[in-house]
Amino acid sequence: MQELTTTRHNPFIDPFTSVWGWEIPVYLFLGGLVAGLMIITGYFILKGKHKNPDSIVHYVPFLSIIFLTIGMFTLFLDLNHKLFVWRLYTTFQITSPMSWGSWILLLVYPALIANILIDPPQILINTFNVVSKWSRVINSKESFMNNIGFLNIIFGILLGVYTGVLLSTMGARPLWNSSVLWLLFLVSGLSTAAAFGHMVAKDVDEREFLAKSDNIFLISEFVVIILMLVGLMSSSQAHIQSAQLLLGGPFTAPFWVFVVGMGIIVPLFIQLLAVNHKIKHTPVAPLLVITGGLVLRFVIVYAGQFSHYINAHFQ
Amino acid sequence: MARFGMVIDTRKCVGCMDCVVACKTENNVPEGYNRDWIVTTVNGKYPTLNLEIQSQRCNHCDNTPCVACCPTGASHIHDVGAVVLVEHNMCIGCKACLAACPYDARFIHPEGYADKCTFCIHRVEKGELPACVAVCPTHCMSFGDLDDPESDVSRLIVSRKNHQLLTEAGTSPRIYYLV
Repeated sequence: MQELTTTRHNPFIDPFTSVWGWEIPVYLFLGGLVAGLMIITGYFILKGKHKNPDSIVHYVPFLSIIFLTIGMFTLFLDLNHKLFVWRLYTTFQITSPMSWGSWILLLVYPALIANILIDPPQILINTFNVVSKWSRVINSKESFMNNIGFLNIIFGILLGVYTGVLLSTMGARPLWNSSVLWLLFLVSGLSTAAAFGHMVAKDVDEREFLAKSDNIFLISEFVVIILMLVGLMSSSQAHIQSAQLLLGGPFTAPFWVFVVGMGIIVPLFIQLLAVNHKIKHTPVAPLLVITGGLVLRFVIVYAGQFSHYINAHFQ
Repeated sequence: MARFGMVIDTRKCVGCMDCVVACKTENNVPEGYNRDWIVTTVNGKYPTLNLEIQSQRCNHCDNTPCVACCPTGASHIHDVGAVVLVEHNMCIGCKACLAACPYDARFIHPEGYADKCTFCIHRVEKGELPACVAVCPTHCMSFGDLDDPESDVSRLIVSRKNHQLLTEAGTSPRIYYLV
């Protein structure tokens, strides 16, 4: 018999850690989505798709900046000492992924704004006089376009990777402490972004391309999930038990039903039929992928906090 | 630089919670929160059971994931005794340090900042013992410099069988439990 009793009853710590609520998974989801959209639109710019007036390059960057701002707002909501948020920008802590992330976000905004200026929405042109002037400058040279595309890919990768590294550096939480979590979040961000693009694309060729890309991202995501679980199951007792949270434990149903089943396998099946022209493209598959991406962040954040070294002593 | 640590004799500790009350009083810890607490572990098979009472708190680890993950530098290692502290006015309440601590030793103070045991550094800097150590009625707790081979804590560690908590988490905790 092994029994442990404690007199501690700190809020959000006992009986198990639950310091991060809905705000963090929503932020990680929106961050991943925007990262994916930046990579995809950056790639499209490098391929010259901005010359097509129907391309998603002309309207997705503006939506991306709105998504990212909502995400940052949820991040702000999560802070308990809100008036001190400016402290993030008075220092750079090299060992802190959160510090890296706050500075990366400062770089992401200019890259997104430059992307928006390729074809700014009318509301921005009417509101700010300088917008049309800068848009003309950016459109005057092809090299500017290439640089914007390149910067969006680089900062998109940084943003997507950081959302995973933020959690995976926490050695105290065995489920997060996986070397492939950054890859899972990056691939999931790409798949949700491709799904979003697939849903809103006006150009038929782009929609086909995004659906095909999404299928590749979904297969990759499934492979990374398996690799992550195999990695955890072949590690220490604490890591094995953390993986078991998703393999028979309390997070099994949401993970396998909503993330893997409804978020990867079902939409992959639908999209494979769609790209082979067996059925029409509908928003059903993209919506499932996007929901799966959101549930993935919720499951990983909540189950990760639940996972603990102490549990390993009591099995 | 000194490296403060604590040694707690689990054969003397009776779990009276005097250390808990002393900490709450000394540090004005809000109601419903604990900087230190009592854990009782029972191992074995009836009737051969082993009971161990541990007074637990922040382990002021040598490898500090809470300091490493802090985005503002609010969590830091103090110049005196390498004690791990939180600068309240630099903390944004992001809770990364709470998630990074394998001992769950931190909490969010109702005023919004991360809070935890300080080894009563304000007392130690005046030459006094931490409040929990000072009040212990069974004298089961010792505090001192782990780098000084002549200190009480160093002598106890080499003279008695002991263990630290969750060493597999790799943080090199500086609280030792004599068994």
